[in-house]
Amino acid sequence: MFCLLGLAALLAPFMTLAANRIVAGEGITVWQLADTASVLPGVLAVMAGLALGVPAGVTRLRLGGSILGLAGLLWLLQQGTPALLEGAGDYARVSPALGFWCLLVVLLLLMADALAAMAPGPLTRGALLAGIMGALLVVLSSDGLAELSVLKEYAARRDAFGRELVRHLGLAFGSLGAAAVIGFPLGMLCHRRAELRSAVLPVLSFLQTIPSLAMFGLMIPVLGWVGNTVPGARSIGIAGIGFAPAFMALVLYSLLPVVGNTVAGLGATPPAALEAARGMGMTPRQRLLRVELPLGLPIILTGLRIVLVQNIGLAVIAGLIGGGGFGTFVFQGLNQTATDLILLGALPTVVLAITAAIVMDILVELTRRTPEVSR
Amino acid sequence: MIEIDSITKVYGDETAVDAVSMTVQTGTITVIVGTSGSGKTTLLRMINRLEEPTSGEVRIKGQSTLAVKPHILRRRIGYAIQGHGLFPHHTVARNIGAVPELLNWSRDKTEARVDELLDLFSMEPAQFRDRYPGELSGGQQQRVGVARALASRPDLLLMDEPFGALDPIIRTRAQEDLRRIQRQLGSTIMLVTHDMEEAIRLGDRVAVMDAGKLVQHGTPAEIITQPATDFVADMVGDVERPLRLLSLIPLSDLVEDGTADGAPLSPADSLRDALSACLWTGRSAVPVVEDGAPLGRVTLDAIRARARAHT
Amino acid sequence: MILRPLLIALLLALVLRPEWFTPVFAPLAPEGGPVIYQRASLLSLSLSHLGLVAAASLAATVVAVTLAILVTRPAGAAFRPLSRTITNMGQTFPPVAVLALAVPALGFGAGPTLVALFLYGLLPIFENATTALSTLPPATMEAARGIGLSRWQRLVRVELPLALPVTLTGIRLSVVIALGTATIGSTVAARTLGEVIIAGLLTNNTAYVLQGGLIVGLFAVLIYDALVQIERRLAARIGA
Repeated sequence: MFCLLGLAALLAPFMTLAANRIVAGEGITVWQLADTASVLPGVLAVMAGLALGVPAGVTRLRLGGSILGLAGLLWLLQQGTPALLEGAGDYARVSPALGFWCLLVVLLLLMADALAAMAPGPLTRGALLAGIMGALLVVLSSDGLAELSVLKEYAARRDAFGRELVRHLGLAFGSLGAAAVIGFPLGMLCHRRAELRSAVLPVLSFLQTIPSLAMFGLMIPVLGWVGNTVPGARSIGIAGIGFAPAFMALVLYSLLPVVGNTVAGLGATPPAALEAARGMGMTPRQRLLRVELPLGLPIILTGLRIVLVQNIGLAVIAGLIGGGGFGTFVFQGLNQTATDLILLGALPTVVLAITAAIVMDILVELTRRTPEVSR
Repeated sequence: MIEIDSITKVYGDETAVDAVSMTVQTGTITVIVGTSGSGKTTLLRMINRLEEPTSGEVRIKGQSTLAVKPHILRRRIGYAIQGHGLFPHHTVARNIGAVPELLNWSRDKTEARVDELLDLFSMEPAQFRDRYPGELSGGQQQRVGVARALASRPDLLLMDEPFGALDPIIRTRAQEDLRRIQRQLGSTIMLVTHDMEEAIRLGDRVAVMDAGKLVQHGTPAEIITQPATDFVADMVGDVERPLRLLSLIPLSDLVEDGTADGAPLSPADSLRDALSACLWTGRSAVPVVEDGAPLGRVTLDAIRARARAHT
Repeated sequence: MILRPLLIALLLALVLRPEWFTPVFAPLAPEGGPVIYQRASLLSLSLSHLGLVAAASLAATVVAVTLAILVTRPAGAAFRPLSRTITNMGQTFPPVAVLALAVPALGFGAGPTLVALFLYGLLPIFENATTALSTLPPATMEAARGIGLSRWQRLVRVELPLALPVTLTGIRLSVVIALGTATIGSTVAARTLGEVIIAGLLTNNTAYVLQGGLIVGLFAVLIYDALVQIERRLAARIGA
């Protein structure tokens, strides 16, 4: 199936050439990229890679195929970009098109599927992730691709990109931290008191259903009012527009997973183990630290994973209310119909979210190393 | 010596345990037996103050349990429960060493004690020390649970249906193990069960609870031969009573001169064993042999006469 | 719950008779600026918003449930691991990014919004339906075979009804996400209630922001609540 999809994608336009960054470009198929001699190795590599992905049993072969295919894609981009730009005018832009993206997705899925079948341990996965990120950095900073449209946008906004990256991470991790500081104690209280639990959790899941744009929007009047009425609030940056309302909205969204999973995690201790802990003379504090927390940690961390991935995505919306982050590029791009600017905002967000998910999964697995109890 | 002095627990307007008093001698097993809701577990849990008594007190070696903080008290009293309650995230060694850890024993002392206990429970220390509870069989988990309760050489070991989660075949082995280890260590044990059979097999003394009251406290033989109330008689079970009694009496009590054919039994075997051997092989008597030297025989008639004397 | 009829009444009033709220929102509007959104009727925006969500969710449900049925048949078992990989990876994709990435491919307007809502909506429904269909009580399945139901009859009469509550939970998650993502759809020129909020953000008119936010928020909460009620009824009926 992969093979067929991939071959079909080879027929679709592989890149586009546009006169400038705003207008829509014309699609160019693989064999029109450059002269046959320079295109052929890439096409062959992609096809061979796809073919290697066919045998279901041999995962190593499929992994190798996906890497070969990706290398082929890279080769085609590197060959195509300068060839297309030659004599196309100063403002001309070259971008990968449908065919490239489809092949990229197909090959990445092939890789993910092969890796999932190999079920590497958490540390191996970490090393793999680092390796892939390193390779990505090397590829992106290589000269061959610098003329690509997205990277031209990046080059033009190098400083802004760094600033928005920091802003984006600040929003995502900062709200995670704040939610943890509020959520853990609240979760522990909810764990101890059933009545508090049945009051708090519905409110938090109610907050979770409010659409993100509405939530961000609703924070504006609230924080604007706080900024205007509470003395000193404005001086520490609390105002109706910008970072503060975005941050607040993200914190509110984060509370349900943090509190809910803390409650579930602390409740995961087998009742007999808890009874035994009490019976052997552990104080409530010792029970929490030695039994309940270690046993609940994987579930609590899973809550943090949900929050982190969710907030990296939602932080994009901060761009709409002047809160910064990659959303700034996305919405600027949408306003100017500049596709590459949209990509410059959206692609790093996706990469960040997936990286965060993988890293958190590794952490969860590391804390879950005790075998399950057979009962 | 543990003295329980008219201890009472009231929940709302329901009296779970009603002025129970009894004395437990050091180095014995006392089994508290009763139906569910009889208050037997509440009684046990008041001894290590997992439940606070409404009135009355418990004294261990003359000292009232109310004189120390509950968690300090509990570190001196072993506690083993149904379904073992092992910590799934700790190794066997760390589970057994849990109370020594709370008492700040040195690492070496704890390690030595863990190995000693594993040996005692016939679990090879090198093999089991670093396993997790999830990797053990049900019987092994139960043994580790009891070993954990014994780790700090407690004055008293409380056990709440410790064999309840085991299947019947392992249960007998586990009971024999406990009996052996108790004799070896001279521990004082109070054990709660709903199973009269278990009570009679394990207990030096058996305490029968009904509706919050202690209805009888005595040796297994007394419980079987002189049930204080109809309830106790019901618990023992009329039909099997003679058989239960026979299982308490060793052959050495009834051995007489003479010979008999067939496989010999030892004087420590019970009359019940001899009865089943007779009935199974159609003999009227079995030979009794101690360490290869013939002692005499036990006849079917003598066993029957003994059983009849108590019905 | 006395709150429910109150919230419904508030929502209806906000959509149908927005001018009633002029005194409430007036302090938030800029000096001399408009208080109540009048560039388009709130009713038509709401209907367009809900229509987008309904169309995308319906399509996502049909496709996701069909796929879930396929991968839980013996013949489709080979695709299970792959489908799990896609679902896991796909759910880490931020909905906003899906929407933004749909624009270069499809242009502006309702199209990319619909596609993004559909694509993102597939995942939770597929995941829940697959889980539900593959964890049916074995005894029931055995009994269904034992009384002589054909494969098709088992699917329609036993498996799907039993899997319904869990599948509905997936649909609910998907609808709530779609409601939120559709709001952002108005940045790519889809006609949704997000238009009101964004108009407010662009003109610094907090009254618009609050109006739009309240209406979308109320829709989301009430629809979520209604779906939860339906799930409870169903779950109670099959005794889960």
